[in-house]
Amino acid sequence: MPKIIINGKEIEFQKGMTVLQACELADVEIPRFCYHEKLSIAGNCRMCLVEMEKSAKPIASCAMPATEGMNIKTNTELVEKARKGVMEFLLANHPLDCPVCDQGGECDLQDQSLYYGVDKSRFSENKRDVKDKYMGPLIKTQMTRCIHCTRCVRFATEIAGVPEIGAIGRGENMEITTYLENSMQSELSANVIDLCPVGALTSKPYAFEARPWELKKTESVDVMDAVGSNIRVDTYGWEVKRVLPRINENINEEWISDKTRYSCDGLLKQRLDVPYIKKGDNLIKSNWDEALNLISAKIKNIDSNEIAGHIGDMSSIETIYSFKKLFEYLNSPNLEIREKDFFINTSDKMNYLFNSSITGIEKSDLILLVGCNPRHEATMVNARIRKAFVKSKLPIFSIGNPGDLTYDYKIVGENTEDLKKILEGKSEISNIIKKAKKPIVIIGESALELKSGGYIFEEIKNFLAINGFINENWNALNILIQNASTVGGLDLKILKSNFQNDSLFFEKLKNNKFKLLYLLGSDNINFKKENEFIIYQGSHGDRGAEIADVILPSPAYTEQNGLFSNLEGRVQECRKASYPTGEAKEDWKIFNLISEKIFAKKLFHDFQSIRNEAIKEIPNYSQINSLPNFNKKDNKKITFNFIPEKIVINKIDYYYSNSISRSSKTMSECRLKNKIFLKDGTNN
Amino acid sequence: MLKESDKIFKNLYNQFGWDIDNSLKMDDWKNTKEIISKGKEYLINEIKKSELRGRGGAGFSTGLKWSFAPKELGSRPHYLVINADESEPGTCKDRDILRYEPQKLIEGSLIAGYAVGAHVCYIYIRGEYFNEGERLQEAINQAYEKNFIGKNACGTGWDFDIHIHYGAGAYICGEETALLESIEGNKGQPRLKPPFPALVGLYGCPTIVNNVETIAVVPTILRRGAKWFASLGKPKNTGTKIFCISGNVNSPCNVEEEMGIPLKELIEKHAGGVIGGWENLKAVIPGGSSMPLLPKKVCDTITMDFDSLIENKSGLGTAGVIVINKDQDIVACMARIARFYKHESCGQCTPCREGSGWMWRILDRTVKGDATVSDIELLEDVTKQIEGHTICAFGEGSAWPVQGLLRHFREEVDKKCSGDPIVKKKRDLPYLVDQHLLEKKNA
Repeated sequence: MPKIIINGKEIEFQKGMTVLQACELADVEIPRFCYHEKLSIAGNCRMCLVEMEKSAKPIASCAMPATEGMNIKTNTELVEKARKGVMEFLLANHPLDCPVCDQGGECDLQDQSLYYGVDKSRFSENKRDVKDKYMGPLIKTQMTRCIHCTRCVRFATEIAGVPEIGAIGRGENMEITTYLENSMQSELSANVIDLCPVGALTSKPYAFEARPWELKKTESVDVMDAVGSNIRVDTYGWEVKRVLPRINENINEEWISDKTRYSCDGLLKQRLDVPYIKKGDNLIKSNWDEALNLISAKIKNIDSNEIAGHIGDMSSIETIYSFKKLFEYLNSPNLEIREKDFFINTSDKMNYLFNSSITGIEKSDLILLVGCNPRHEATMVNARIRKAFVKSKLPIFSIGNPGDLTYDYKIVGENTEDLKKILEGKSEISNIIKKAKKPIVIIGESALELKSGGYIFEEIKNFLAINGFINENWNALNILIQNASTVGGLDLKILKSNFQNDSLFFEKLKNNKFKLLYLLGSDNINFKKENEFIIYQGSHGDRGAEIADVILPSPAYTEQNGLFSNLEGRVQECRKASYPTGEAKEDWKIFNLISEKIFAKKLFHDFQSIRNEAIKEIPNYSQINSLPNFNKKDNKKITFNFIPEKIVINKIDYYYSNSISRSSKTMSECRLKNKIFLKDGTNN
Repeated sequence: MLKESDKIFKNLYNQFGWDIDNSLKMDDWKNTKEIISKGKEYLINEIKKSELRGRGGAGFSTGLKWSFAPKELGSRPHYLVINADESEPGTCKDRDILRYEPQKLIEGSLIAGYAVGAHVCYIYIRGEYFNEGERLQEAINQAYEKNFIGKNACGTGWDFDIHIHYGAGAYICGEETALLESIEGNKGQPRLKPPFPALVGLYGCPTIVNNVETIAVVPTILRRGAKWFASLGKPKNTGTKIFCISGNVNSPCNVEEEMGIPLKELIEKHAGGVIGGWENLKAVIPGGSSMPLLPKKVCDTITMDFDSLIENKSGLGTAGVIVINKDQDIVACMARIARFYKHESCGQCTPCREGSGWMWRILDRTVKGDATVSDIELLEDVTKQIEGHTICAFGEGSAWPVQGLLRHFREEVDKKCSGDPIVKKKRDLPYLVDQHLLEKKNA
């Protein structure tokens, strides 16, 4: 490995590194504003200047490639002067309004000025004033504070793929703007707030809510979709003030979607705080005793076959496991986790996972989307696909039309016939796939939901297996699951693997065959209530609670511990950051209470035992935060009849996809702005 | 004084007509095929031997620059880009080449293109040179008609095309990488170097960027031989140069002269002398507005070439000689130049964006008599904080004129600072040190 001398210390570095990265290897901290690991190099803040031997001028270390034998000094007077000079320039037109700036306490400029700033300003001219720009309901702007690092511009163009932020004007009149002052049409837009090193772009919903040092920080995972983005939940007392991304190179890198970030204000609204019982047409506040008595009386009087349970989209593995245990005690076979009747063959774990893994997307050389819209169904997966596309310009094909995905792709058909042609080798696409070394096929729930869902899945799997794309090194079969609870539930065998009966739940539900329906945080199933007695257990007064006869309040995802298996089958822990509202009890405790009422016996003694038992049930489990082991079963191909039909990708109401986001004021605003934008291209 | 026969630009004043027939009479396109047939190596070596230095301002050896282009054509095409974005205040030499000697430029670009392996040449003309651009296009069309360029240009077997690209009126687009950005359709902001354009330039391909005058002198050098060119001027500062003399002179003009001509001779002989006589001279900006000015004392003896001007802490730059006589307020002149740089800064990197406006504001106050002595010390600090800390040379370009002013006319500047200083006792303020510590010491 080549060597470089930094402050007299010789260190080895990898080829292709910049001087700044090499300095980091030598534990030398270089101040920077514009440089960001995930973005292209701009080199415009000039804060990272270092001295290089044989160069009269100091060099920008972020942009200078490190080469063998360079002699870098970072602690000389020249460097000190250069950095102090740059800092003075940055502060010259900066308003210095830290006391009223939301970035205070986590501001790069504030931190660096402690080292390189001077306590008195020599700038006696009038300061520049810049008009604030409208950037949508998420981003609050205070453009006078902008130091023109262009991180936001590069993020929008490179990562988000919507070149809607740019700089206009030149010299000291340069301004960062969204040109037409629209909100950014991206699900990743709010990441520019994290990127902004100063308080120019701050969070609008979080404006003046709290100071960073007042917040309790809890590392957790997101449950808004099945990607399992790593997040940090910041709470002030009981309130969840904000959600920030946590770096996980395997999943979300350091971005999160707007829904993940801003649904949290939904945790403060529409909360179920005490048990409710429906009396007449109204839900009346009640207490646990009354509610549990009513439930146990109902359950005792109803045949166990007519009792059904549905698990919602944000239930943890422990909750699902204990719910399943309860139903085993009740002797009811009617348990379901899917929101719609899509085909899943649960006989093998790989049949419902994103097997190529999210990092695998970057290694692939071809992507085929089948009936899915990753942008809305799994935003971070889409960001990774875009990253791979930008990096290697890999060909991306789609069956079905998902709309704008922020990268170029080719629609190669919209019907099952087109897919059939590809799988039978009658289309040129099939040859392209066969020639690829590491293809990825992503099947969406919309495709599996079709009548030919079974055909689509089994034939694709068979095609990939025959061509050697399913093995330990590379598994091209990917299912894009939408809900955070689904993979965990399938792991715990909520679905029996005989798919003839898989639709039974939905059929019975449709025909109103159930007499008691237990909704565990489930708000998205579509059915018409008749005479069912509905128990809703959840955190928000949403669609499920609306039709319920009894409501049992339970905590939201930030208020109880739980494991979640993401769409890759990676089990991660969601941690308790706050406390449940009112009299709400943790899910497993509620099941215990019900069991005590009916069987006079507790189901579980403590939470840890549920977790231990549940983990044992998860097939191919390796360890926490890791991908499951590869374990291919030799299950036979099941033949389904071909049905010609159109592959329609279901539109997702992105900002309104679950009970928390539906309660969120911010999400409602985003949804509204988005709707107006789609109508006439403006939103203000 | 340069002999008439040694002049390269014989039609600098359009005495003979600009179109191709007249150019041919003046030996343009003579033996071009033979010159090119001697091969790339020969061309580059010959230019190296002639010691031709880039006429755009930095004075980098042209032959050396050409030799940076990859020897063999790889998968990526090579490009030749000619910088005709002549925006330096006080400079208008390229303009006369574009309109009166276009064939020299076109022939030069074919030779240069062949030498660096480029089949395509872009000429980036500043938007304000619209008429000149039209003229050049006409000249290019004439050359195409005669098959001097195009497919099998001049019968050399080399295909060569020339395209004109108009700028939109930004000074910074004269910086070579900003110019490339602008051609690509992006915002004209300089790129980070390395990588240098010779390896990663236009559209990511190897690109050689040369000034109009540099390219236009190439054919004559090759026809008359490197030795002839090297015999003119001084060692390492060879050949002839078009000087643009403006300001307080009796007859401002463009004139081709030998490198190393004494400044006094240049002004007196060609520009009719300083208004009010040589004794009325105050200062001269020798190389376009971005170069530090020279006081009369230096002007008396200085010769106009790269190295002797650098010795005097200035530079030849574009050889735009701006003469300022004693009727002018030198501080106001510099304030105007500072305002130009404030207006033209691209805004990409911090020191130039924030510093150029700061300098102008202090100078402006100085002119109005609102500044204090401490302001001038600050001004000097600001120029030093910009210099050398920016992405491109614009930083120096904006800081140097002010530095020149402070270096040579400090007393005059101080005289204007009538306002009381905020700190009355003149303190030896160390540069950027926490001031509360100082106060303790002094208190």
